[in-house]
Amino acid sequence: MTAGVPTEFIPPGPQNFETPPIIHGVDWFTKPVLVAALSVVVILWFFWGASRKAAIVPSKLQFAGELGYNFVRNSIARDAIGSADYMKFVPYLTGLFFFILLNNVAATIPLIQFPTFSHIGWAYVAAIMSWVIYNAVGIKKKGLWGYFKHQTMPAGVPVWLMPLMIPIEFISNILVRPISLSLRLFANMFAGHILLLVFVLGGEYMVFESGSIAIGGVGIITFLMALAIAGLELFVQAIQAYIFVVLTAQYIGSAIADEH
Amino acid sequence: MLTLLLPLTEAADEAPSPLLPHTAEIIFGFVFLVLLAIAFAKVVVPKFEKAYADRTAAIEGGMNEAKAAQAEAKAALDKYNAQLAEARQEAAKIREDAREQGAQIIAEMREQANAEAERIVTHARAQIDAERTQAVASLRGEVGTMATTLAGRIVGESLEDEARQRRTVERFLAELESSESARQAVGTDG
Repeated sequence: MTAGVPTEFIPPGPQNFETPPIIHGVDWFTKPVLVAALSVVVILWFFWGASRKAAIVPSKLQFAGELGYNFVRNSIARDAIGSADYMKFVPYLTGLFFFILLNNVAATIPLIQFPTFSHIGWAYVAAIMSWVIYNAVGIKKKGLWGYFKHQTMPAGVPVWLMPLMIPIEFISNILVRPISLSLRLFANMFAGHILLLVFVLGGEYMVFESGSIAIGGVGIITFLMALAIAGLELFVQAIQAYIFVVLTAQYIGSAIADEH
Repeated sequence: MLTLLLPLTEAADEAPSPLLPHTAEIIFGFVFLVLLAIAFAKVVVPKFEKAYADRTAAIEGGMNEAKAAQAEAKAALDKYNAQLAEARQEAAKIREDAREQGAQIIAEMREQANAEAERIVTHARAQIDAERTQAVASLRGEVGTMATTLAGRIVGESLEDEARQRRTVERFLAELESSESARQAVGTDG
């Protein structure tokens, strides 16, 4: 941009998220793939190191690992699924939480600064996995018809309302959930990143391209705003990882719950 | 942010809709999530859960151990208290015995001393009696002779008569004796 010296401001858009392959010719090896792979390595390295010599009296690393693990295990999985069945889902939920968390926070880490989940493919696959899991455990526990009855016919609703309730419940509990899960995560990451780009690129344009001192001053304020937005985004990134995993746990919990 | 400036090399209208996923990312996402879930299920969760179980067991074990130690200490305390009470009782008994024994010894000694004293007194009295009898006997002879002699000298030969002399002496002595025995009887009564 600095080299091309375009006099017209090009607002950031979806095109900003399409990074070229890292190695020329290897089309699948893009920046989000690299970031996601790195996050997997970091998660495995950290938790392997923390749990490798897990002892009664924890080391500092083990303590840190337990803190993260306990957060998902107790505050998310056990609270949402119930103490009878939750342990089966702890591995998936823990892996999912830290995968989303690290890939979201990657948008704030200098030199990476790219939210993996702003590419919707990652959000789709995570949401579909959660969808398959909660439906599968529900069907496994209640049988196909029992499960559909459980998900679409809430207890205490009069029979004459059923023609209305069944489609609504089916759409909201079976069809919409994976879409809302994936879109919520994707849209938050995408929008947050675009917002940041608007402030940074806009500020850059105002400072370097406008040629006006007044506008340049506004551009500096815009940079400061970008910093504040980056802080807000860090918060949103953590919250979105939490929401995704909490909802997954709640869907699992409601799918295997005895009463609706 | 530098890296983010790179995509601008592509034309804006070429960018696909952000809602269409890349196939590669779907595949990688699936692989990564499954990999993470398996790694957590096989390694991390069992290790942490084992540490938790060990921790619970250690705490419970420690509590049981403490309880056992407490019970043991209480048993020892009871034992020592019982022993102490026994020892106290025994000491009291020994003291009592000693007191009794002492009293007995004192009584015995007193009895012995009394007997000894009595023996000594009896012995002394017998000796005194014997000595007195002896003295009386010797005095009786001597006094008679001396008195006769003295009287003969004073009155001449008139009293040469053997029979008369003897009677006079006998009478005198009897008088003397009776007065003396009367005096003695008074002395022993007093």
